[in-house]
Amino acid sequence: MWLGESAALGRVSTICLRISKHSLNIWPHISTVRKALYEKLMMIIFMNSSDSEEEACNERTSLISADSPPAASYQDGLQAPEAAETQTYRKRRTGGSCSPSDADGGNSDSGIPVREIAVDDKEEELTLKYGAKHVIMLFVPVTLCMVVVVATIKSVRFYTEKNGQLIYTPFSEDTPSVGQRLLNSVLNTIIMISVIIVMTVFLVVLYKYRCYKFIHGWLILSSLMLLFLFTYIYLGEVLKTYNVAMDYLTLFFVIWNFGAVGMICIHWKGPLHLQQAYLIMISALMALVFIKYLPEWSAWVILGAISIYDLIAVLCPRGPLRMLVETAQERNEPIFPALIYSSAMVWTVGMAKQDAASRSLTQQTWDSAEDVREIHDNSAYVESEISEARSPAPTHPTTSLLEDLEEEERGVKLGLGDFIFYSVLVGKAAATASGDWNTTLACFVAILIGLCLTLLLLAVFKKALPALPISITFGLVFYFSTDNLVRPFMDTLASHQLYI
Amino acid sequence: MTLAVFFGCSFIAFGPALGLCLFSVVREPLRVIILVAGKAIEGLVALSEDGCSPISIQQMAYVAGLGFGLMSGAFSMINLLADALGPGTVGIHGDSQLYFLTSAFMTMVMIFLHTFWGILFFHGCETQRWWEMVAVIFTHLIVSGLTFWNPLYLGSLIPSYLLMFATAAWAYVLSGGCTQNLLRSLQGQQSETSPQPGS
Repeated sequence: MWLGESAALGRVSTICLRISKHSLNIWPHISTVRKALYEKLMMIIFMNSSDSEEEACNERTSLISADSPPAASYQDGLQAPEAAETQTYRKRRTGGSCSPSDADGGNSDSGIPVREIAVDDKEEELTLKYGAKHVIMLFVPVTLCMVVVVATIKSVRFYTEKNGQLIYTPFSEDTPSVGQRLLNSVLNTIIMISVIIVMTVFLVVLYKYRCYKFIHGWLILSSLMLLFLFTYIYLGEVLKTYNVAMDYLTLFFVIWNFGAVGMICIHWKGPLHLQQAYLIMISALMALVFIKYLPEWSAWVILGAISIYDLIAVLCPRGPLRMLVETAQERNEPIFPALIYSSAMVWTVGMAKQDAASRSLTQQTWDSAEDVREIHDNSAYVESEISEARSPAPTHPTTSLLEDLEEEERGVKLGLGDFIFYSVLVGKAAATASGDWNTTLACFVAILIGLCLTLLLLAVFKKALPALPISITFGLVFYFSTDNLVRPFMDTLASHQLYI
Repeated sequence: MTLAVFFGCSFIAFGPALGLCLFSVVREPLRVIILVAGKAIEGLVALSEDGCSPISIQQMAYVAGLGFGLMSGAFSMINLLADALGPGTVGIHGDSQLYFLTSAFMTMVMIFLHTFWGILFFHGCETQRWWEMVAVIFTHLIVSGLTFWNPLYLGSLIPSYLLMFATAAWAYVLSGGCTQNLLRSLQGQQSETSPQPGS
């Protein structure tokens, strides 16, 4: 069962950057328009309106989300009126183009293509500005997950001891010849990938035929196992390593609370940061299990094979993950929160039509369940973020400007499988590399660079992309080259205290 | 070796650089990306549609240099720091007992040098002054060559620091600073004209 969960986790490894949902819905309609046309149209249509954007365009204004104008006004009070003007103008356009897609997913209006194109030009302009912020929003959790895994690997010896293998990798690597070992690792990989494919296809089939209860049950059982059993083992090993005694009563209390709150946060509602923290924890736990139970060469071959599989599954038209994402988009549902890390919250258009003034600026960030959509005061989130970073600014009643905003998911989503496999790579580098920290650091930076590039591609292509291939490729390349080429060199340099 | 050695050396080596990071890089996401990914992303960042780049070329140079410096420092220092946490005696076989300390200082000067070299190199590329780039490469070779003196720390550390101050002054002047602004900022006043380097 738990591998089912891991397979599910591993396989929903897609990034969905939804800068604005409508752009994804209407993207297929204008997929044939070329970039040059965008630029021309943009110049024609927006030449008069984008005055405010030609003002002091420093990083502060550029990286703020254009959809929450009061945020821009915090940066530079002078820009507030123009920014608001531009925002409402932009919103009228986006609102206009959004209504058909929101209502029934189809649009027959002739005026819409032009507005769609214009909106997408603006969206494209915003993507590069959005891009940096979202990249950072993902750097932090990925880094945290890797730090947890590396810290555990380096301190708790349990996770580097060989204590048998999973049934999914039945071939042992304790063979005398290199060829036999290689063959065994390739066979292990084939079996593992087949299991993952089967699980993913099963999940997609269930999702397509709306067997939500089954999927929920499966996910709940898997996260139960992760949150309770694996946490218990982890805590036990950590206590053993540091030789700390804990009685069963305290242990039960701690594990029960941790697990129960985790279940609630992941599957129902909870503060966003707590949910993110739990998702990071379960990814780290899963990665630790993989690091422990996958034999060495098999782990590297599996990492390579999984990134190829990810590429195929997300980009091919009949790929299971692509079908999953598209079905979720068609039905306008978020993909299960238990499988995806989301850096921000979801909010709806229905609620936005209500009296905006009644929604006070709250700092609450409740995450939505799958079937219940809730209001989130996104501007408050952005505000709190920004006002922490810069000097305190007076708060505006921002809700009035949010009325026309369509359904939008701000922030980036990254599948938990990506977290897991990134952490497996870095953890394996930490566990097995004889060059110790240099290799780990190199793999860590390689993965972050890959993530950067992937998010950049995401901002350009605006559809779900596989997050594994680039990062894992860089990670593997850096691991092997650092371990075999850089490490001996750095060791010699360090022994003579030479600096290059 | 003790935790004191570990923390002391890591703060000596990385303290100033992380301070620079904290005050000038961390708050701007774009700079963080350039710090991590370096030149790979800078070209794409410059492709902002509305005609103005969200980050100036000088900031990019500074952040790229800082990133290179941090990586080089990390690669030099991190294994030493890990060993500093374990058991052992420094210099038990007759080597210098100041090994960790001098490594930390050397790392710090290398990080600073990389930052300034970044600024100089970018400036040289921007203004087509090849001799600036040659000077950067040449000073890099000199500093690396100086480390051959290394058990003789006077011969390697002091010239490196002098070179670092010279490079710092040069980078400061190239970024538009002048002595007036420096004095003013040291006295706590605002400078009216040119920005401070790296801001």
